Amino acid sequence: MDLFIQLTLTGLTNGAILALAALGFVLIYKSSDVLNFAQGEFLLVGAYVTFAMLAQFGLHWTLGMALTILIAIGLGVLVERLVLRPMIGEPIISVIMVTIGLSSLLKAIVSTIWGNLPKAFPPFIPSQPVQILGATVGADRLWAIVIAMLLLGIFTFFFRRSKEGIAMRAVADDQQAALSMGISVKKIFAWAWSIAAATAAIGGVLVANIVGVSGELANFGVRVFPVVILGGLDSIPGAIIGGVIIGLLESYTGGYIGQGLNQVLPFVVLIIILMIRPYGLFGQEIIERV
Amino acid sequence: MTGADSRPPLTEGIMLTLNNIEVIYNDVILVLKGMSIQVPEGKIVGLLGSNGAGKSTTLKAISGLLKPEDGEVTDGSIEFLGETIHHKDAADIVSRGIFQVMEGRRVFEHLTAEENLIAGGYTRRDSNAHHDIEMVYHYFPRLKERRHQTAGYLSGGEQQMLAIGRALMARPKLMMLDEPSLGLAPLLVMEIFDIVKRINKEHGTTILIVEQNANLTLGVADYAYIMENGRIVLEGYPADLRENADVREFYLGLTEVGQRKSYRDVKHYKRRKRWLS
Repeated sequence: MDLFIQLTLTGLTNGAILALAALGFVLIYKSSDVLNFAQGEFLLVGAYVTFAMLAQFGLHWTLGMALTILIAIGLGVLVERLVLRPMIGEPIISVIMVTIGLSSLLKAIVSTIWGNLPKAFPPFIPSQPVQILGATVGADRLWAIVIAMLLLGIFTFFFRRSKEGIAMRAVADDQQAALSMGISVKKIFAWAWSIAAATAAIGGVLVANIVGVSGELANFGVRVFPVVILGGLDSIPGAIIGGVIIGLLESYTGGYIGQGLNQVLPFVVLIIILMIRPYGLFGQEIIERV
Repeated sequence: MTGADSRPPLTEGIMLTLNNIEVIYNDVILVLKGMSIQVPEGKIVGLLGSNGAGKSTTLKAISGLLKPEDGEVTDGSIEFLGETIHHKDAADIVSRGIFQVMEGRRVFEHLTAEENLIAGGYTRRDSNAHHDIEMVYHYFPRLKERRHQTAGYLSGGEQQMLAIGRALMARPKLMMLDEPSLGLAPLLVMEIFDIVKRINKEHGTTILIVEQNANLTLGVADYAYIMENGRIVLEGYPADLRENADVREFYLGLTEVGQRKSYRDVKHYKRRKRWLS
């Protein structure tokens, strides 16, 4: 029973962080139909920048985090302006290939600046063990869940209630019609990329806090795919629930069946979902009017 | 160009002027070939013409929506309230008070009706937007019943109402409607045209309607232009246009009693048209 709770909490933590990474991915897909293969690298950049702020420049974590988020937003805008805007009107597959190029580029930049050796992440999130229902879990893992849930709640609200959020969904639906009501599609894309980069950066910090800083963090990006396919590429609640399901699934198979299988299982889920429900649990079916 | 009658064309209080504009798509396809119209403030102006005459292109040239389709105004000028606007981008033009209700309604299918309206008021900086949603519901009570429904599942008529409501949310000075009757039942079309007329009366909103349905448009318009092949071939007051033999035959489908026109007459008309334009 203890093991079960232990695995559940681990799974929820991973799930919450996966959901954060997936959220950025969904956001970009939702507003511009682009699959961003550099999402994992955004996590990587976020973790390393925070590492630099705290461990190398010795900033207080509040200031360090604030700067990291600002840099991530800047990165998002920059990517949109320099890489994606020139690609407007090109076939979507070219844009996706560009994001693959971008992922290699970001990875290379990070390893040039910080090298390839794993580093310990400066512990600013309290990590003393906490007893929950007989299981022991690090407080940092609980914080990860809380922070992820908070952010996801804010975004859900943003998309349902705020004018900018509604405009983003409008752009996702029909760019030209959105343009005809004065919504600047370019601005919306910049927003989407900035928010995606910022959430990924926070996700990166949360993972790095648990496993340390290394190039491995980028692999988190690959694990986003089963999450978004399961939840639906264009659904925010889908990203959350997909994240939690995949997180738990990984954790249970790792704990009960054996390490190694847990790496594979999410992709088995991915294939099954693609076969039976290609738009995911919560994804939008295309509305067809007859 | 010939007026259908001796009355002087409607020229006082001009809000929008298209001066001999030329639009080219993809650098080679010439769609508008010296198109000129004037829209006086507070009036309803109809722009009639058959498929492919360039009516939608005209509207897109005004609202700045040509660029995403690789179209460009290469010659002439478009002036709105004394300022040249044909090089401005769409967002700028909307905030100047021109709003195009696009052909085929183009509602945001996955947003609710009310979210569609909020998106329509995107350029508004004041906080009266909420009040305006009620104003839209006042014109279209049916939208109020459907406010939380996903717009993609509304009926065609309700979607057209939503598209017009979305335009109202921006409080435009000039509202341009592109084929509002497209694919709707005749009764519904009448209802929508009535509401357009009311909006014009009660808000003083200037309206430019592009239509294939000439009869209906001449019923509400204060002045109308007839467009063929990228330019205006005829203009005048609706009552005068209704008397014009060519308009009666080719746009209103009215012929003299019992007479069936032969293809020779059509050819004759086409020749004459070339002379006119």
